[in-house]
Amino acid sequence: MVLTADDVKKIAYLARLGIDHQDIESYARDLSNMLDLMKQMGETDTGGVLPMAHPMDQIQRLRVDDVTETNNRDNFQKIAPLVEDGLYLVPKVIE
Amino acid sequence: MHNKSIKEIAKGLRCGDFSSVELTQLFLSRIKQHAQLNCYVTVTEELALKAARQADAKIAQGDTSLLTGIPIAQKDIFCTQGVKTSCGSKMLDNFIAPYNATVVEKLNAAGAVMLGKLNMDEFAMGSSNETSYYGPVKNPWHTNSVPGGSSGGSSAAVAARLSVCATGTDTGGSIRQPAAHCGITGLKPTYGRVSRFGMIAYASSLDQGGPMARSAEDTAILLQAMSGFDPKDSTSLDLPVPDYSAALDKDIKGLKIGLPKEFFGDGLNNDVALVIEKAIEEYKKLGAELKEVSMPNLKLAIPAYYVIAPAECSANLSRFDGVRFGHRCDNPQDLADLYTRSRGEGFGKEVKRRILMGTYALSAGYYDAYYLKAQKIRRLISDDFKKALSEVDVIMGPVAPTTAFGLGEKIDNPIEMYLSDIYTIAINLAGLPAMSLPIGFSEGKPVGLQIIGDYFAEDRLLNIAHQYQMVSDWHRQIPKGFE
Repeated sequence: MVLTADDVKKIAYLARLGIDHQDIESYARDLSNMLDLMKQMGETDTGGVLPMAHPMDQIQRLRVDDVTETNNRDNFQKIAPLVEDGLYLVPKVIE
Repeated sequence: MHNKSIKEIAKGLRCGDFSSVELTQLFLSRIKQHAQLNCYVTVTEELALKAARQADAKIAQGDTSLLTGIPIAQKDIFCTQGVKTSCGSKMLDNFIAPYNATVVEKLNAAGAVMLGKLNMDEFAMGSSNETSYYGPVKNPWHTNSVPGGSSGGSSAAVAARLSVCATGTDTGGSIRQPAAHCGITGLKPTYGRVSRFGMIAYASSLDQGGPMARSAEDTAILLQAMSGFDPKDSTSLDLPVPDYSAALDKDIKGLKIGLPKEFFGDGLNNDVALVIEKAIEEYKKLGAELKEVSMPNLKLAIPAYYVIAPAECSANLSRFDGVRFGHRCDNPQDLADLYTRSRGEGFGKEVKRRILMGTYALSAGYYDAYYLKAQKIRRLISDDFKKALSEVDVIMGPVAPTTAFGLGEKIDNPIEMYLSDIYTIAINLAGLPAMSLPIGFSEGKPVGLQIIGDYFAEDRLLNIAHQYQMVSDWHRQIPKGFE
């Protein structure tokens, strides 16, 4: 499997990740090498094998639906890049 | 004073030989003296001295917690309220954590004195500590070599006596490999044993925090304080925590050690293999029996890991978007530009590489071929371990194929760096506990032995490591210049 520079640009777009133009070729090469490494997996028969997501196959634990947290908005917004009146500010989305 | 064990320090503090403030001052001055190692991202001098004064007062009132007044350091992946928590990244260079990780809460409650936050590979992605935004850490045994990673600041600080012990995290070997490269003792607990709350996520189904110290005895004490169920972590397991120190002195006569033939084949450095053979001989003298076991799917661990870990990382790191915290680019043109540039400027190259890999593996049409396939391979690897551990008590082998490599040696070849994780990665996929302990040197650089146990057998691992350390002094060696 060989990824091209265009593939890398497309993946970076999906991840909303800025990448330097001069690095694109090296990412394409590294990712292609990684995919080569992964080819080995395809050679192994995994028919009937259950995928493993948690080492102890634990299911999601549920808790009682009680309020346990206090309101920490001011504290959390202290470290935000840009806030106003308790709101996080981003560039205008809708004209 | 800085070479003493936790128990020796606890005794010294209570006999009035020295105070926690004096001890803390000594470590703070050693950190300054050896700043060139680059172990610390942040030194919390004032907070440390305040905590030390409180510890001294508590001890005067009869406090008996072994960790009270003991200087420790936190890997900079654990959130510390009011203290910068960078995760080794420019993205979080301005991030002052608004709350404490559970591990931090627990160690504070146990009375430990935090000296500061330790350098690490960016977002724990790396095996050499060279991906850190704050620059590489140097190995105190050989300052042209890497300390290992991603918990490289932790291992180097403990080896150089810039902290009594430290926390680390291990997603694919990030506690064990740096412990091996710096000649210290480190333990990756069973997945779910130590809370992940407030521990910045890399690959959530693999990440696990654990202790790093000079001896198994100290490691047991630190693990005791870190372990336990946490309702704030949905993958934390609600099981009782045994007394890890109580198990240390048990006789290991009749211990069945499994040696996977796949661990000792091509790729393992001859010198490292010899040092490991010697340590295993020592275990035979202690009454252990050896048995060859097999891990037929071991070679698939690296490809499976480099699908699962990047896939989970690409999802976890999507939270860094320049909106609520962390780095934000200047003058964003629109929302897409804000996301793209903030992330582009905030993340380093290795993190980007893994986000790209993970995004690709999870993108439409590829999920079954990569992520799902890797999860099935994960099951096969886990089954290999289950089978082997039904025949033997523990598995032993190398931690890494070589001793610490040179700074800059592998940084331009990511695949080669990934392949060096071959002996540690499979354990994370299975979720098993494993530790690394120092067993000798090759050309002046430390070699570690890996011991892998069954789920929740941390007490057994510590016992086995401690018995070796009772008849050897590798764990007492001090790098030159740091005596």
